[in-house]
Amino acid sequence: MDLHLDPQQRAFRDEVRQFFKDNLPDRVRQKVIKGGYPERSDMIDWTRVMYAKGWATPQWPKAHGGTGWSPVELTIFDDETQAAGAPQMLPFGVNMLAPVLYTFGSPEQQRRHLPRIARLDDWWCQGFSEPGAGSDLASLKTTARLEGDHYIVNGQKTWTTMAQYANWIFCLVRTDPDSLKPGGKRQEGISFILIDMQTKGITVRPIQTIDGGVEVNEVFFDDVLVPAENLVGKLNKGWDYAKFLLGNERNGIARVGATKEKLRRIRALAQVSQIGAPPMSENRRFMERLTEAEIDLKALEITQWRVLARATASHGKPDPASSILKIKGSQLQQTATDLAVGLAGPYAAVGQSDPAGDNLAPIGPEWAATSAPVYFNYRKVSIYGGSNEIQRNIIAKAILGF
Amino acid sequence: MDFDLSEDQQLLKDTLVRFFKDHYSFAQRSKAMVLPGGWSPDIWQHLAELGFTGLLAPEAEGGFNGGQVEAMVAMEAIGEALLVEPLFSSALLCGFLLRQCPPSALVSATQTAMVSGKAQLALAHMESAAPFDAAYVTTTAKSVNGQVLLEGEKTLVLNGDSATHIIVSARHDGTPRGHQGIGLYLVAADAAGLHRRGFATQDGQRAAELSLHRTPAHVLDEAGYATLCKTLDFGMACICMEAVGAMSTLQAMTVDYLKVRKQFGVPIGAFQVLQHRAVDMLVALEQARSQALLAMFAIDDADAARRHRTMAAAKVQVGRSAKFVGEEAIQLHGGIGMTMEYAAGHYFKRLKMIDVQWGDADHHLVELAKGPSILEDEAMS
Repeated sequence: MDLHLDPQQRAFRDEVRQFFKDNLPDRVRQKVIKGGYPERSDMIDWTRVMYAKGWATPQWPKAHGGTGWSPVELTIFDDETQAAGAPQMLPFGVNMLAPVLYTFGSPEQQRRHLPRIARLDDWWCQGFSEPGAGSDLASLKTTARLEGDHYIVNGQKTWTTMAQYANWIFCLVRTDPDSLKPGGKRQEGISFILIDMQTKGITVRPIQTIDGGVEVNEVFFDDVLVPAENLVGKLNKGWDYAKFLLGNERNGIARVGATKEKLRRIRALAQVSQIGAPPMSENRRFMERLTEAEIDLKALEITQWRVLARATASHGKPDPASSILKIKGSQLQQTATDLAVGLAGPYAAVGQSDPAGDNLAPIGPEWAATSAPVYFNYRKVSIYGGSNEIQRNIIAKAILGF
Repeated sequence: MDFDLSEDQQLLKDTLVRFFKDHYSFAQRSKAMVLPGGWSPDIWQHLAELGFTGLLAPEAEGGFNGGQVEAMVAMEAIGEALLVEPLFSSALLCGFLLRQCPPSALVSATQTAMVSGKAQLALAHMESAAPFDAAYVTTTAKSVNGQVLLEGEKTLVLNGDSATHIIVSARHDGTPRGHQGIGLYLVAADAAGLHRRGFATQDGQRAAELSLHRTPAHVLDEAGYATLCKTLDFGMACICMEAVGAMSTLQAMTVDYLKVRKQFGVPIGAFQVLQHRAVDMLVALEQARSQALLAMFAIDDADAARRHRTMAAAKVQVGRSAKFVGEEAIQLHGGIGMTMEYAAGHYFKRLKMIDVQWGDADHHLVELAKGPSILEDEAMS
């Protein structure tokens, strides 16, 4: 038993750290650290840098362009990416769709899509949730009806992250309408299909979230014609592929590196006087809350390694313990954003300047203006990817059997 | 990074767990607690025969020569069993202290006696004016005609009532909070001028208030402050791991109860509100286990201040988790959890008392909040 990284793992960590130091533009870093999504062009540029280095798709099998890193190395890589403030590769293509394609997709689908995913030539988004199908995803109603060599898709998806930038969407669609009837097996009438967003009949409507930003959208499908060869795997087996996809979505789920970076920044800013006010480090209650978060985070880091060790021992079978990482990790991300609001104090209230885009000095500390929007925005992290209540159901099922 | 036990360590764990399973049921423990002295000499003898009294002692003195992993394994099992016999106090806490002392005939002889089980050791350090300050020592050690005599009061000495030998921190030089001039001394239980007032603790363990008046003692470590600090840190890591053992048993007990207890015609574990509370207990337990592991593995950190921060962080996490898991376990059990005849309440009591031992979560949090940040303590990576 040994909790230290071995020399090889340490060297790997240092290599990754140094690469980000040398290659990540500060402008992009600043944007990520402040909690926003980078611009579309920044994402594409950075993906190309990572692609050239061979690190854009590290978890893929080597045959498809992966690195062959061990689970420990993949986790080190994720944590270092987050801690450096580097954008993570857009997950919808790289982490979500690609494993489905290289596991269940046709050779033609793999050949056509995987290289374009790796270079971010195509921007993918995920069409799973619907207005009536959130935690209860299997009740989804968007239909795909086969007519000749096309499916005709009708319905609505929602919470579609970055759909405004996307040119492709992978969707779960109902291909057996009888499966929704009483007595039908809802999970068995769902298929997994790839849809070109430029197709006629698709409308994207942005949803503004409580932070004022737009990262999610509604996507409407109105008699959209999709070539039959865009079906992935077998008809009506989409639920299995979706479960496989969600089970893969575990890398970096605890977001230890990202929260570590946030807490470090908060502690550093707390040491210095902000625009004349005494430093926040004199507020004992604040420093205790910050310290508590640091303690919890350090524990989570070890918990993450332990879950990983178990996953390695059980050859990567889905482990309910990873739900612990999601619950605790999301709570800590939210705590960190709340601490940032506390640090900003009254200047957390400062919103958009009037008129927009003036060149005046910021009101209050420069970093304070994003603290509240990020705090509001981060309420999402305990809702998406399976809400924390769904995560508790998963663990309860494992330990209680109910 | 490796979370597996070696073959020998696994064997040690299996032996201890099997022993507790065969000889230390809740009923057997309850019987031991009402014996004179509050624990069972038979169980103690048995533990000695299996070698556990020499867990950390060198092989030359007949010991097992264990390190942090062996200590971790033992403390987790002690927590699972709610052991009241003084194994932690003697074999682990004092056993560890003796390993840190400069080699001497006295240290060897004490280790040999400890390994055999004939001697039980206790550490008397705490003084009531500053219970968590390792340097706060007003008990004095004076050399009179070639004989060291101790004078002072020690409080909350774990197993101090029945120990055959007591290791006492006393000052031969310097001021009450000074790091210099603190020695560690061995006092026999029947030494002149030693008065012990024994008492039961809330969780069924034993402790004593000690007063020493011209009490003869033998020096173990004349410049003993570093040894003392390291031993107290080790003790904190140990009770954190004990809490993890107790929590995991209590958590499992609660889950089992949710499966079998029926109300409204169904097992109460079918109710989502209870399921989610049981899950939050598990999350708290796993976080505590991670911090306890960090603490155990930091014990040889050469930077003493950093080492102590790691212990304090573990104590915060474990204290919070222990209180949460304990309180939730009682609530989820309902009335049965309130009774002395059911084990859950005893686990809860031990867990709550571990929080208050050597500084509770609030105490250590206030200290840690003064900085530097534990996130920068990368001793582990």
